[in-house]
Amino acid sequence: MLAYIIRRVFQSVIVLLVVGLVAFSMFRFVGDPVDNMLGQERTQTDIDRLRTDLGLDKPFPVQYFKFLQGAVQGNFGVSYRQGRPVSTIIAERAPATLELALVSGFLAISIGIALGVFTAIRRNGIAANTIMTLSLIGVSLPTFLIGILLIYIFSVELDLLPSFGRGETVQIGGWSTGFLTASGLKALILPSITLGLYQMTLIMRLVRSEMLEVLRADYVRFARARGLAERAINFRHALKNTLVPVITVTGLQLGSIIAFAIITETVFQWPGVGLLFINAIQFVDIPVMAAYLMLISVMFVGINLIVDLLYFAIDPRLRVDGRTA
Amino acid sequence: MSDMTKDPATARPSRLATFWDSDFVWSFRHSPVAIIALLVVAVLLLAALFAPLIAPHDPFNPATLNLMNGFTAPGVPNAFTQETFLLGTDDQGRDVFSTILYGLRISLFVGISAVMLAMIIGVVLGLVAAYVGGWTETIIMRVADVQLTFPAILVAMLIFGIAKGITPPEYRNEMAIWVLIVAIALSDWVQFARVVRGAALVEKNKEYVQAARLIGRGPIPIMFRHMLPNVLSPVLVISTISLALAIIAEATLSFLGVGAPPTQPSLGTLIRIGQGYLFSGEWWILLFPSITLLALALSINLLGDWLRDALNPKLR
Repeated sequence: MLAYIIRRVFQSVIVLLVVGLVAFSMFRFVGDPVDNMLGQERTQTDIDRLRTDLGLDKPFPVQYFKFLQGAVQGNFGVSYRQGRPVSTIIAERAPATLELALVSGFLAISIGIALGVFTAIRRNGIAANTIMTLSLIGVSLPTFLIGILLIYIFSVELDLLPSFGRGETVQIGGWSTGFLTASGLKALILPSITLGLYQMTLIMRLVRSEMLEVLRADYVRFARARGLAERAINFRHALKNTLVPVITVTGLQLGSIIAFAIITETVFQWPGVGLLFINAIQFVDIPVMAAYLMLISVMFVGINLIVDLLYFAIDPRLRVDGRTA
Repeated sequence: MSDMTKDPATARPSRLATFWDSDFVWSFRHSPVAIIALLVVAVLLLAALFAPLIAPHDPFNPATLNLMNGFTAPGVPNAFTQETFLLGTDDQGRDVFSTILYGLRISLFVGISAVMLAMIIGVVLGLVAAYVGGWTETIIMRVADVQLTFPAILVAMLIFGIAKGITPPEYRNEMAIWVLIVAIALSDWVQFARVVRGAALVEKNKEYVQAARLIGRGPIPIMFRHMLPNVLSPVLVISTISLALAIIAEATLSFLGVGAPPTQPSLGTLIRIGQGYLFSGEWWILLFPSITLLALALSINLLGDWLRDALNPKLR
């Protein structure tokens, strides 16, 4: 177990170092940072001074080490486009994305599992079949079209919910939250549905197929023969045993929610990190891109690590394998 | 075998008839969903292929455009010029039907090229990983594992962003389509590599591979002449599903403004443009490209679903 954890942590660190190298190479080789930072009226002395200040006269490994040192401390340099430190910009934008991801993740998991169990139990019912067909369309429907469709129905036609922005936000320390105002909550509804819908259908289909498999198992048949209540069989016996793959996929989807937030944030002009990243790509704002890349890979690698370690907590069989391996 | 070809009475039925009676075609003939999906895909493919012949207007030739025709509703004669447009016009007076045909062309071209490139990269790396083994395998599959933890669309965006930074500004529009293809392909090869490696690991230990090795064939002919045909059927399934994903990925990137340039609009670019008119009532600029994209992605997905079931006898 301990050996396994150490090996996984070691692998994660290597992945992060490689991603760091990619991010750093972007800095170093995509355009000349000195060119980007100094204006038209520059002298050779200015160029040389900035080169020394940025450490660009040092050899490559030393520069890479410096970059990693800065990255660990949250220092990614200054945005080419906004002229402010990248860390400050990201800190401003992060609450919007995290709140959106939190709400849509919650929606996806709770509704996804509930619908998955429902469609598995009533697998020949009309309602269950309708849900399954709709989910297939949901998987084919690109996220941005779902967003546009929701805007059309609820903002243009019904004029019920806002089509863009976060509404009013309340500042608590460094965190701006939309949870505390009515307009902030209203603004959350459409984006979080848009973002959560795809993950919801995915979780639902997974829970359904796992449930169908488990419901056929001998121990479920035995539980039924013992005369246990349907509810106890479905939830205590069957659902519990579907959880390992569900937790894996859900965990990995958590990362995708952050990534897919880019699309949702663009559709709804949600002032989060994703919108920042898209604008950075459009204007080739390398420091912002590099910082986003590092941030998101830390998140993904972290989630993967946690999911892997969670296996041990959930599935006792793996613990035995881990010891022998 | 030679007797059979000589005697017409015992000759096997023609190849076409054999094909028609095969399980594969049988399951196709008995699946209305698959037939409709294939029809939709075929119609859209032909429309894209013959876009210059079908399109009533050339949306990229400014000489044929009349600004007075701007915002004409579908099927209603324009108030100034009395011209009628099947699916209406956009702000520039461009015929929406024609822009969709040309957009479909770009979407399909990018999607198909990206999947083919991803397939080549994935199949080669997967085969090499399985056949050579050792460090080569470890490195290839580790990279694949790591890449798989990142969503494909994010990888594509990053590659696109980096490529955009490297190319000089004056070439960016020209290069955009090719960069898009490479970006989507590099974000998608992992699926192919993993499946091919899995299948090839099984094939590697079969007798025909050992026999080929014994008679002294080199590793490259063994991998590509002998093993490749035996690992292709899962590749077919993945490439159909990948095609739908690639088309959606392209549309998404273009919608976000980091894909096809405005000079070569794909369906995603058209939807991006159309979204601007959502509140002002010109619904046709947005609706028709969206429906086209949806029909394309959905029918390719359905076709892929059917193909997976048809090629997997366990599910029948």
